[in-house]
Amino acid sequence: MLKTWRFHGGLRLPAHKNLSAHRPIVNAELPKQLIYPLQQRPGVQLKATVAPGDTVLRGQIIADSDHFLATPLHAASSGTVKSIEDRIIPHPSGLSDPCIIIDTDGRDEALPPEPVEDYRLEPAATLRAKIRQAGIVGLGGAAFPTSIKLNPGPQRHIDTLILNGAECEPYITCDNVLMQAEPDAIVQGALILMHALQVGDGIIAVEDHMTEAFQALSAAIEQSRDRRLTVVKIPALYPTGGEKQLIRVVTGKETPSGGIPADVGVICQNVGTAAAVYNAICRGLPLTERVVTVTGQGVKQQQNMRARIGTPISDLINQCGGYQDSVERLIMGGPMMGFALPEDDIPIVKATNCILAAAGSEVATSKETRPCIRCGDCAKACPVDLLPQQLYWHSRAGNLEKCKEFSLFDCIECGCCEVVCPSQIPLVQYYRAAKSKTIAKAKEAEKAAIAKRRHDFLLERKAREQAERAERSRRKKEALAKLKAAETATEGAE
Amino acid sequence: MKFSTVMSPHLQPVNSVDRVMLQVLLALIPGIAAMTWFFGIGVLINIALAVAVALLAEASILGLRGRPIGSTLKDLSAIVTAVLLAISLPVIAPWWITVVGVLFAIVIAKHLYGGLGYNPFNPAMAGYVLLLVSFPMQMTAWLAPIELGSAALNEVDWLKLIFLEQLPANIEFDAVTMATPLDSVRTQLGLGRSVPEIKTDSVFGLLAGKGWEWVAGGYLLGGLWLMWRKIIGWQIPVGLLLGLGLFASICYAIDNNQFAAPSFHLVAGATMLGAFFIATDPVTAATSVNGRLIYGLLIGSLVYVIRVWGGYPDAMAFAVLLGNLTAPAIDYFTRPRVFGQKA
Ligand code: SF4
Ligand code: SF4
Repeated sequence: MLKTWRFHGGLRLPAHKNLSAHRPIVNAELPKQLIYPLQQRPGVQLKATVAPGDTVLRGQIIADSDHFLATPLHAASSGTVKSIEDRIIPHPSGLSDPCIIIDTDGRDEALPPEPVEDYRLEPAATLRAKIRQAGIVGLGGAAFPTSIKLNPGPQRHIDTLILNGAECEPYITCDNVLMQAEPDAIVQGALILMHALQVGDGIIAVEDHMTEAFQALSAAIEQSRDRRLTVVKIPALYPTGGEKQLIRVVTGKETPSGGIPADVGVICQNVGTAAAVYNAICRGLPLTERVVTVTGQGVKQQQNMRARIGTPISDLINQCGGYQDSVERLIMGGPMMGFALPEDDIPIVKATNCILAAAGSEVATSKETRPCIRCGDCAKACPVDLLPQQLYWHSRAGNLEKCKEFSLFDCIECGCCEVVCPSQIPLVQYYRAAKSKTIAKAKEAEKAAIAKRRHDFLLERKAREQAERAERSRRKKEALAKLKAAETATEGAE
Repeated sequence: MKFSTVMSPHLQPVNSVDRVMLQVLLALIPGIAAMTWFFGIGVLINIALAVAVALLAEASILGLRGRPIGSTLKDLSAIVTAVLLAISLPVIAPWWITVVGVLFAIVIAKHLYGGLGYNPFNPAMAGYVLLLVSFPMQMTAWLAPIELGSAALNEVDWLKLIFLEQLPANIEFDAVTMATPLDSVRTQLGLGRSVPEIKTDSVFGLLAGKGWEWVAGGYLLGGLWLMWRKIIGWQIPVGLLLGLGLFASICYAIDNNQFAAPSFHLVAGATMLGAFFIATDPVTAATSVNGRLIYGLLIGSLVYVIRVWGGYPDAMAFAVLLGNLTAPAIDYFTRPRVFGQKA
């Protein structure tokens, strides 16, 4: 058993995992319509490579972009592109944005897969390109492109790969069941990632209650006969699944503030991502489906479903027997960091690990906010060791300088502080607002700086042109004067 | 289907101010019960009076400030303040002492600073100190424990005593009052007697004063329960008792004729009440974990210094107010190191 470390704070939350943890993964039906938001990450807009009327096959790229944080998007089934139109996208803003809409034809025809013969013979760059081409991003919820994480640059020495199997948010069990169902794909995926990174140590971290997953993975490792990979059980403490917290727990290392895991020689990937990498490299299949937990007291049948990316949530809910009358809120992700959706005609995307149809009794509906009584419970719970209460005062007062001094941008918005606050203050909202204000201000300052540079440049150019004109006219005058002088001289000579 | 959207976290809050205050009130019950047993129902009359005045005062001032009255009164903080002040007062204090103290605590010390959460000083202790410096005579006339004299008072006598300041004709004022143990140690030391001699006086029990030990035990019990329920941390009570105990032990070791034993100090006066219920008031205490330990140690030491060398026999109120003053500085110097940042 490997040694594990602790981080400050964190919460033991009611898990609610039994609703879905011990059921087999159900294959979701092929939906009539698939919806693909072109905005895959905030600020990364893909360009459609298909047009309305085109027929597509499963696995065909339908959108891509050369933005460095972009990964291509693939059709999850065969059919016809119906339109490219604005739909509400799964994003906290609840706003509409362009989406590709595909009417499926039910035949589910796919492009022929193009697996790699033996990944061990391939250079890292080729594997990264393959992984990007397969559209793989972090499936734990962050959706960061995996190929970029695999390329930390020559100045960073990476020694450890950590596979994140710690599903620390309540309710979510998609990784847990995947580890039980496909331990080999995860282990093989881990080995591919280790090869691509050239690291000698791989650790799969699971929470201590995931006995079946632990055993399945151990057996798969045994079978692979690769000693460089180990499974470790870590305490179920929210937010252990946060990247920096997980690295701390597993290796004892602290990722520097403002830095990335690669700065301490670690790359983290979600277990689902590892399985997707295996499918892309060894089976030649791009990312077109994932396991999603559909749960909460607000839905009739809680279960884990293997669903096509792009499937509308309403389809999944219908296959779970529909809503209970008690349903109050629809959340994408977990109850701590997930965001509430305005309606269910919204597709699941690559990052969607959970659809939580929560009954009124499961979520905070009306908080009775009181003044802060300085109890310090928030500071005790903060996994980053911030002073949430100070951050609250300063963000409420709009004092962004002070917010910075109290390390606002180290806050991971995990919500621990808010859940324990007896005054029931919506703390995280204040931090989000202060962060976006700070960012807006920085952008403004940048804009102003650019404008000033442009202005200075114009002034300079004007001055230069003026000087040049003056010089020219001076030369002209000189030349004229010379000419005159010469003429006079000739005249005189005559 | 349409849904309402709100920001994460969606999980229900695990605690509320109302619940915290309610548990503080519940935890006070054993101590109050012991006090009532040993000093009579005057204790309960004072509490009822103080609570009534506090609620009225808070409601009127909330009305004046244009704040919601009902939902704010529900947070129970005014009641906690009133009860803490009432049980710190001499049991036979006349009604207007209680009224003046509570009004000052609620109106000046709490609401003039902005209400719950904004007050730098513990309102109950601010009220207590105001009374102590303004009405020293009434504030030091302590009732003798029941077995030493006050048993003769019935309910009507109590009401008359508190509201009309009248004793039954056959009872002398001096017969029912008595110096507190802390007080008598002070005055008797001043008269040249040694501590072991003084402790043979009738007012003393096993550790401190008769009855007082049980009262302290009641508060200790309630305090431990609060700790167990995680309503208060261990840092402030332990720090306070440690600070006081350490000082007392050192002086006792140096000269046990001049200085009372640490056990006496830990049980006498408001030590237990202060350690578990007053210094732990979150609004006015230091907030960080280490800061709270320092804060407790500081108040404990101050209590000893003021008790032994200061002008007042019990010092909890002064020590807590001085502690309140230092809380912001303590917080400043005990800021934790943020994860991933250099020390
Ligand atoms: S938990 Fe809430 S009430 Fe307590 S200090 Fe933090 S913000 Fe204030
Ligand atoms: S939301 Fe931010 S401040 Fe609150 S506990 Fe999490 S990291 Fe700390």
